[in-house]
Parts: sequence; structure tokens; C-alpha cells
Amino acid sequence: KKFQKTSSVHEARISEMEKKSQRPNIINRPLPKGKGEVSLSAFAFLFAEFVRYSEGRVSNFNDLEKRLSEAGYMVGVRQLELQAHRHNLEQGKMRREVKLLPMLTFVAYTVWKAVFGKGCDSLEKSTELDDEFMISESHPLPLAKFISVPKDYAGLNCQQFVAGLIEGLLDAADFPARVTAHTIADKGPQRSAPGTVFLIKFHAAVIARSVDA
Amino acid sequence: MPVYSLYVISKSGGVIYHQSYSKDAPKLSMNEYLMLGSMFHSLYAITSELSPVPGPTGGSSSGMQVLESDTFRLQCFQTPTGIKFYMTTDLGMTNAENLLKTCYELYTDYVVKNPFYELDQPIRCELFDINLEKLLGTDRT
Repeated sequence: KKFQKTSSVHEARISEMEKKSQRPNIINRPLPKGKGEVSLSAFAFLFAEFVRYSEGRVSNFNDLEKRLSEAGYMVGVRQLELQAHRHNLEQGKMRREVKLLPMLTFVAYTVWKAVFGKGCDSLEKSTELDDEFMISESHPLPLAKFISVPKDYAGLNCQQFVAGLIEGLLDAADFPARVTAHTIADKGPQRSAPGTVFLIKFHAAVIARSVDA
Repeated sequence: MPVYSLYVISKSGGVIYHQSYSKDAPKLSMNEYLMLGSMFHSLYAITSELSPVPGPTGGSSSGMQVLESDTFRLQCFQTPTGIKFYMTTDLGMTNAENLLKTCYELYTDYVVKNPFYELDQPIRCELFDINLEKLLGTDRT
């Protein structure tokens, strides 16, 4: 009986290998599109714990903002590869954004849509300075939707993570910039959750080369 | 809206949140709120012990859930984690239970997911306040 058992295992192994060779090789299979949605609660808990973890390791809230921004930066660098590739797949051609304005529209609409599910509320160019642009959101992004900042931390904005994401993305695409998140003060008669403005300040070299083009 | 006020009591019996939503609700001092909270907590425990009916799973039954007087009605909701949500309303209120459950949902959203809040501490989350106001009405002057 023992001999029969081992031979049946052997047969099972052979049939598995046959099956594998019939399926297309993993390299030839199309790139998976990925699940469009993640549980908001799960992500909110994860992000809250990340903020708490960073808070325990910094001395003042400027450092906390910096840590959030750095974490977002690393995500942004990888997002560029992913979003650019998927965008190009949809369009059916391979192209790389080199001009300033199309790059910004790519970030503000395509990447926003993939990451947050909708395009941003508005993309504006600052009237006084040539190298500043603003992406504004009237409602808090799902990322920081549940976070209310206590009074002694006033000025801290957890959306710095998203600012870091934008910065990483632009940096990896060769448009170095500094991105910061600012809370929009409450103007309406009814108290509501505050919106955010992401201020993008490009380095001088980027503006110089976009003017020449 | 006929809701007078809302209280939230932590597992240990301390009042962690209280807010009134109507001009008619009495204005009490901080000490009185704390006393009210601890009294509710003990009353709840006593009624849970005194109940002659066992709970649905065979354990002890839940404590006092509704208290009605001539002028107002008090409804309590205890969460599976031991937090109690109390609401005083006027007598005509029908869906107090659902309102309390929604308050619990708001709690899990805006308080528990807030990285700056520690469990069992007084709740000072702006978004929680804003959303409760939207839910329970703004009659305060």
C-alpha cells in the first residue's frame, strides 16, 4: 500500500507541472489592473497608527509634518511608475510627460482619480509668482477624513502625506518641486470639515526650461 | 429636534463627553455632570444584576435601557466594548435607539480613528462635534 501511495503523489506532481506549462508563463500574462478599492476603515486605522507612531518619535510638530511628507514621498515615487504605465496602457501609446502644464494635469486629474477616486477640485496657477501652483480640495481627502487636530497642534495637517506623495511623483518625473499642504480656514456660517490646498513650488530650473520650450 | 442632551460614559464610568442640543436642557456645572455620569454607571450595573431574566447568550442581562418620567425620557445604549451612550429626549421620541446607534457609528469614525485621541479620555474631536450637531440638530443659542 505504501508503494501505491507514493506513486499517486508522484502522479499528482506530474499533472500539476503539466497544468503549469499549459497556462501562460507568468511573464506573458497581462499586468493585473489591481483592485480598485480598499476598505476605508482599515486604511484609516493604519494611517492613524502611522501618525501616532511618528508622533511618539518626534519632538515638535514640524518634524511630524516632515516625517509624514517623507513617507508620502516614497509612495509618490512608486505611484509615478504605476500610474504612468496604466495611463499609457489605456491610451494605447507610450509617452512621457515633459511639459509642465500637461504634467500637472496628469497629477491633478489622472493620478488623483486613480488614488482618490475623483479628480481634484481645482488646479490653479498663482498670479504673483511664476513657479507656484495650487491644487485645492474643498473637503478633506478620505485619507485624513476622520482626523481632527487638537488645539495644541493647530497648524498640523495630516494631508502632508499627500503633499509628500505629489512631491515624490514630480521629483521622479524630473520636475523637482517643494509641495506643502495648507488648511483652508472656515469661511461659511456652518462649521464643516476644513478643506486643503496643496502648494507646489517648482525649482527655478524647471520654470526656466519650460519657458524656453 | 426633541433631543435634549447626549452623554458618553467610558468603560470605567467616567463621563467622556456631554453636549446639550436644546435651549430647554438644564445647564449644570462640571461636577454635576461627573456625578450624573457615575450615577448612571452604577444604576446600570445594579439593574443588570437585579434582572430576573438572563441575557440572550445565557450571560447576565443588559442594564437599564429606558427611563421615562412625566417630562422627559432617557435612553441608553451600551456598546459591545462597554461604552454607554445616554440621551435625554422629550416624550414623543420614537427612534432614540437608532439615533444612539448612529452616534456610536460617528464615535467609531471620528474618535477612534483619530490618532490624537487616547481611549477613555475626554473626547475633544472637532469632527465628532460637527457631525453630532448635524445629526441631532442645532437649537442652542
